[in-house]
Amino acid sequence: MAEKVLMKGNEALAEAAIQCGCKHYFGYPITPQTEVAAYMSKRLPKEEGGVFLQAESEVAAINMVLGATSAGVRAMTSSSSPGISLKSEGVSYIGGSDLPALIINVQRGGPGLGGIQPSQSDYWQATKALGHGDFQLFVLAPSTIQEMVDFVSLAYEVGEKYRVPAMILSDGMLGQMMEPVEFPTKKDEPVADKPWATNGHQNKRKKNIINSLYIQPEELENLIKERYERYAKIKENEQRAEEFMCDDAEIFVVAFGASSRVSRSAVMQARAEGIKAGLIRPITLWPFPDKTIEKNVDKAKKFLCVEMNMGQMVDDVKLVVNGRKEVEFFGRTGGIIPTPAEVLNEIRKIAGKEN
Amino acid sequence: MSTLNVLLAGFGGQGILFGGKTLAYSGLLDGKNLSWLPSYGPEMRGGTCNCSVVISDDPIGSPLVTAPDVLVAMNRPSLEKFVNAVVPGGMILVDSSMVDIKVERDDVKVFYIDATKIADENNMKSCAIIILVGKMFKEIGFLNKDVINDAVKKVIPAKKAAMIELNLKAIEIGLNA
Amino acid sequence: MAVVFEKPKALADVPFHYCPGCTHGIVHRLVAEVLDELGVEGQTVGVASVGCSVFSYNYFNCDMVQAAHGRAPAVATGLKRALPDNVIFTYQGDGDLAAIGMAETVHAATRGENITVIFINNAIYGMTGGQMAPTSLPGQVTQTSPYGRDVKTAGYPIRVCELLSTLSGTALAQRVTVDSVAHVREAKKAIKKGFENQINKRGYSIIEVVSTCPTNWGLSPKEAINWLRDNMLPYYPLGVYKDVTAEEGGDK
Repeated sequence: MAEKVLMKGNEALAEAAIQCGCKHYFGYPITPQTEVAAYMSKRLPKEEGGVFLQAESEVAAINMVLGATSAGVRAMTSSSSPGISLKSEGVSYIGGSDLPALIINVQRGGPGLGGIQPSQSDYWQATKALGHGDFQLFVLAPSTIQEMVDFVSLAYEVGEKYRVPAMILSDGMLGQMMEPVEFPTKKDEPVADKPWATNGHQNKRKKNIINSLYIQPEELENLIKERYERYAKIKENEQRAEEFMCDDAEIFVVAFGASSRVSRSAVMQARAEGIKAGLIRPITLWPFPDKTIEKNVDKAKKFLCVEMNMGQMVDDVKLVVNGRKEVEFFGRTGGIIPTPAEVLNEIRKIAGKEN
Repeated sequence: MSTLNVLLAGFGGQGILFGGKTLAYSGLLDGKNLSWLPSYGPEMRGGTCNCSVVISDDPIGSPLVTAPDVLVAMNRPSLEKFVNAVVPGGMILVDSSMVDIKVERDDVKVFYIDATKIADENNMKSCAIIILVGKMFKEIGFLNKDVINDAVKKVIPAKKAAMIELNLKAIEIGLNA
Repeated sequence: MAVVFEKPKALADVPFHYCPGCTHGIVHRLVAEVLDELGVEGQTVGVASVGCSVFSYNYFNCDMVQAAHGRAPAVATGLKRALPDNVIFTYQGDGDLAAIGMAETVHAATRGENITVIFINNAIYGMTGGQMAPTSLPGQVTQTSPYGRDVKTAGYPIRVCELLSTLSGTALAQRVTVDSVAHVREAKKAIKKGFENQINKRGYSIIEVVSTCPTNWGLSPKEAINWLRDNMLPYYPLGVYKDVTAEEGGDK
């Protein structure tokens, strides 16, 4: 399919999942992600012979995903911030059971019921603690509707390869906006071998158990250590980041998702004013792209993290920079998207060229 | 001008998002980069509604239009809210059937079109926004004018042929307004 | 030599961890016998729930998934929707099914989710050490109702079969017990019907087994059976509360 079509981010995510062979969607309505569910309800049962199920709660929906992915199929759920909190129990079980699954968070402002406007205030939740216990998700942060499409297959592939849950951390802006997108040629049912699936042993193999309960501490510790060896491989192999105008840059803006778009505009305006600014855009939030940050630390004068929260990713940047350079932060929160002018102003301040 | 920032604003139900989508598809057909971003609020009907459309020769940074080159105002609260956000040298298109005040700025071009009244008279209810979009096309000259008719056909499903006809007529009215 | 008694094939050859006098063992055996008789072990995926029976994933020889507390019906839903031709069952206790998992239970039933639910009602939280359950009887002393369940503050025990029998998606809601040979036979028939319903795509079947928990009731196995008869059965009458096959004149 070469023709570009205009699509809302939420609908593009849904279509991309279908194109990846996801035939099992379980969700619950919440603004601003509801278009994902609506699109799936229209497409999956009638046109794809799949399953769309509106669950009784987010809690149920994520556990339905756990059941479906246990059976070996590509399954997904989507929600927005408060709903993701409810899913955290199931996500922890998915992580603790070594299951792949696709979870979409179209973030809105929090905490609590918060607001319904775009936000990035679930960065910590997604990268540090989406549920109890020692575990991680593979977290991707798209910044365009095309990336909303492209990252779905990446999330499935990486998730299945390492047997970890994957999240696409979107936000209300990317979910609601339309841009032209192109879909890659449709793939057939995923080919990944899943010998662990609980789909009935047919008296041909030993029984499979999908489980996260280990009463003996030593056994549990050994399993977690094995999981962390896989995490180490993910950190080594799956970091992704984009560098924009970084070659000769001195001031490095670090921003992901929606705020990276604003930051890109600001960096271009700063360049027009003769300020050597560049943008590092983390694409994987976990693993955090520390290699890309690291290779720019020496030439950097300062870093500026721009986020739509009160400063969450900035901690990860500081961990890499490790005191060698200053790391500043600028953020808007509560559902406000920063303007390029605001970011430009911060860049000017840092460059000592405040008007 | 390599980037055009448009803000369309009015009440829910006035076709604000549809008008924006028509504009966005025109950009797509014209081979430009573009983005369309709606405001989304808890009001499902009759609340205020606006839509940012950015059409550009370059990749688009922020899709949120805070300093529009063009403002299309379909009601008085929208005009009052956004009139001072329009960049100097920009343009404001006002549906004067719905707005009983004038723009008190002399650094912007302002067009008052009786869009809702004209639409009603021509039995094309809900096409007022398209009349204004047609007028915008005429005045800005940023986009290839041939594409707008094709855009309408893209935005409206083929099975709603009557709606396509009405909207094409609305564009024609706008282009001649 | 004729074999007169053997372990069901669907049951693993490992010792149970259950307490003496606990009825889980009997019910496990009945489920395994039914899987054997229907010849479906190879197509079956069981869902173990949180509670004493969580380790049932070690006891049944079919594929097993362990679910979070209360979420077994949701996990079973995901499995069944992905594997519509397989046999999916959950094995849940009263805290799991009727407290934390009530929403999942009611909605799985009302969707007519084509699964079989084995519900162990012993009026107490067993694994966590004997707290008040949604099915604990009025006046029943537990760790968290030390003066006896006071219905004025703790409310009344839930009769699950009666409640689920009102839902159109429920195919079978039957309450049985395993306190006597006759009752054990009846229980097995009900469990078998619950699995047959699923194979015949009838919808949600729940078999509630009124059970014992001698350890947390503070009774000997024999006293526990008597307590069950004297106290549980009057509040939870045995019987068929809904059976779509009977309404339709039975499956031929």
